Amino acid sequence: MVSSVTMRMSNQGAAEAASQGGSAADQGVGDAFSGVRPDKGVAVKASVENFSFYYGDFKALKSISMPVHEKRVTALIGPSGCGKSTLLRTFNRMHDLYPGNRYEGTIRLHPDNTNLLDPAVDPIEVRMRIGMVFQKPNPFPKSIYENVAYGLRIRGERNRSVIDDRVKEALRGAALWSEVEHRLHDPATALSGGQQQRLCIARCLATEPEVLLFDEPTSALDPIATASIEELVHELRDKVTILIVTHNMQQAARVSDYTAYMYLGELMEFGETNQIFVNPKRKETEDYITGRFG
Amino acid sequence: MRETNSGAAALMSQPPLTVSDRLARKALRNFKERVIELLLLGAASVSVLTTVGIIWVLVSESFNFFSNVSIWSFLTDTMWTPLFAEPRYGILPLLAGTLTTSMVALVVAIPLGTTIAIYLSEFARPAVREVVKPFLELLGGIPTIVYGYFALMVVIPLLQLLIPDLSGFNMLGAGIVMGIAIIPYVSSLAEDAMRAVPMSMREGSYAMGATKLQTAFRVIFPAALSGILSAYILGISRAVGETMIVAVAAGMQPNFTVNPLEPAQTISAYIVQVALGDLPHGSIGYQSIFAAGLSLMLMTLALNLVGHVVRRRFREAY
Ligand SMILES: Nc1ncnc2c1ncn2[C@@H]1O[C@H](COP(=O)(O)OP(=O)(O)OP(=O)(O)O)[C@@H](O)[C@H]1O
Ligand SMILES: [Mg+2]
Repeated sequence: MVSSVTMRMSNQGAAEAASQGGSAADQGVGDAFSGVRPDKGVAVKASVENFSFYYGDFKALKSISMPVHEKRVTALIGPSGCGKSTLLRTFNRMHDLYPGNRYEGTIRLHPDNTNLLDPAVDPIEVRMRIGMVFQKPNPFPKSIYENVAYGLRIRGERNRSVIDDRVKEALRGAALWSEVEHRLHDPATALSGGQQQRLCIARCLATEPEVLLFDEPTSALDPIATASIEELVHELRDKVTILIVTHNMQQAARVSDYTAYMYLGELMEFGETNQIFVNPKRKETEDYITGRFG
Repeated sequence: MRETNSGAAALMSQPPLTVSDRLARKALRNFKERVIELLLLGAASVSVLTTVGIIWVLVSESFNFFSNVSIWSFLTDTMWTPLFAEPRYGILPLLAGTLTTSMVALVVAIPLGTTIAIYLSEFARPAVREVVKPFLELLGGIPTIVYGYFALMVVIPLLQLLIPDLSGFNMLGAGIVMGIAIIPYVSSLAEDAMRAVPMSMREGSYAMGATKLQTAFRVIFPAALSGILSAYILGISRAVGETMIVAVAAGMQPNFTVNPLEPAQTISAYIVQVALGDLPHGSIGYQSIFAAGLSLMLMTLALNLVGHVVRRRFREAY
């Protein structure tokens, strides 16, 4: 299991070293990470810097700093309640929907260096650039077609043929097209759980987000549906930067390029998935991964 | 739960319960449960028996009425003149009055009730909601006779400023006020339906970059549609059966028209009129109120059925 991941990782690492040679590496953010350095060969899409989060008086995240590499999959792992979802939901300002949530620090989105957390930045602008797939599939009470067209419609797209094309493309991208091609106008709730989750992915893809957030996207699905979502995440990584929260170690090992291990609101270790799983620097990480704890 | 507890207790305390002891306890418990079940059944049957009783009275009295007046003329005659020397019993004028006042009321209550519901469920801050909701409940608690005089003495005079030769009794004024009276029913049920839409649906929409308004109208409203339509249907039922407002403000002459500017009588208002003693007991005219009541009841029944179908048809499984 782990050895196959190692294979893939090392192949890919070699390919990168050959093609990119570290040129696109630092966006001038490398030094901002306390102890956590971005990978030299890969561009950084977003950088979290000294990010702390409070639910009322409860400090759920403590000064997190980490890079999110462009067109790579970054997994957030750690025991329940350690703050994975809290961190993930910060990227699209989901926390702004609820009163009493407070945060400090910055998340810069590259290449434009926008601080996503700046109060002057409209959360709607942020969400237009960063899509999210939830734990439980949450298709809208509309047809399959309208679910995928939703993002385009709220962005003011009126052109029928443009929408048709984008819907088709997004459903293809989410590996759902062949299954729904002939019933695009059926209600989305008629789909199976796994299909609904792929529909939610298609819904995001239609608006071509720069980053896709996944919060335990397969925890409500059976093994076959889970496998298809994992495969999809792996394919999507060529097009979009992905952050995925998962409780499933094998899943993190299978789909991700980088892994962040969190514990009690702190980032314990960040690194290439390969390194984290085969050769963790910290004892705690090793204990968690090998199942001795958590 | 209880059994395991008593079982554990039995194991620990000396001497243990004999089998017959335990059976006796079980029998006692069964008896108690049986009594409680019967009491609950009794409570439930009060409402069933009342309904059956009402239907029985309506149908049997109507039967007397229809042995004197043919169903055909009841349904097609356009005159309702029970007090004339040669009385005519065509339900159409009363039906027209009922439907017209109800339509006016719905034109008021549905848009306003829906807007209030969307506002309270999706936009209002909790502090605002805490203030607005009691006012709405108050609005729903005002006796309809008060609304009737409000229509007669405030709303209709105001309408007369806009429409100079408007009669002092008319279906427009009565209908508008009836609409206001119905708003709380529509808005509170519709609001409940929207608030019942799970937060994950809202988050899904916001995560796509939608605004509050887009989320409310494109996601929450359709998701709550079945509940919202039931709210409308309840509103319609209340409008159709509403009595005092129309009796006071719409005038008491049966008038076969759907023009809301004219005075007219509704089915319910006619029943009030007869109940006030204009017609002698036992006369055909007196029996006519049962036929009228039966018609009203059938209309509400039909609305309930429609409501049932609508709820099933539009129900969303989130
Ligand atoms: N709305 C909230 N109000 C107060 N505390 C919260 C809220 N949501 C989460 N928390 C707390 O913040 C901490 C982090 O929660 P979070 O949901 O991010 O954990 P998680 O790592 O995603 O856990 P899980 O794996 O169970 O999903 C937990 O201690 C949790 O109890
Ligand atoms: Mg979580």
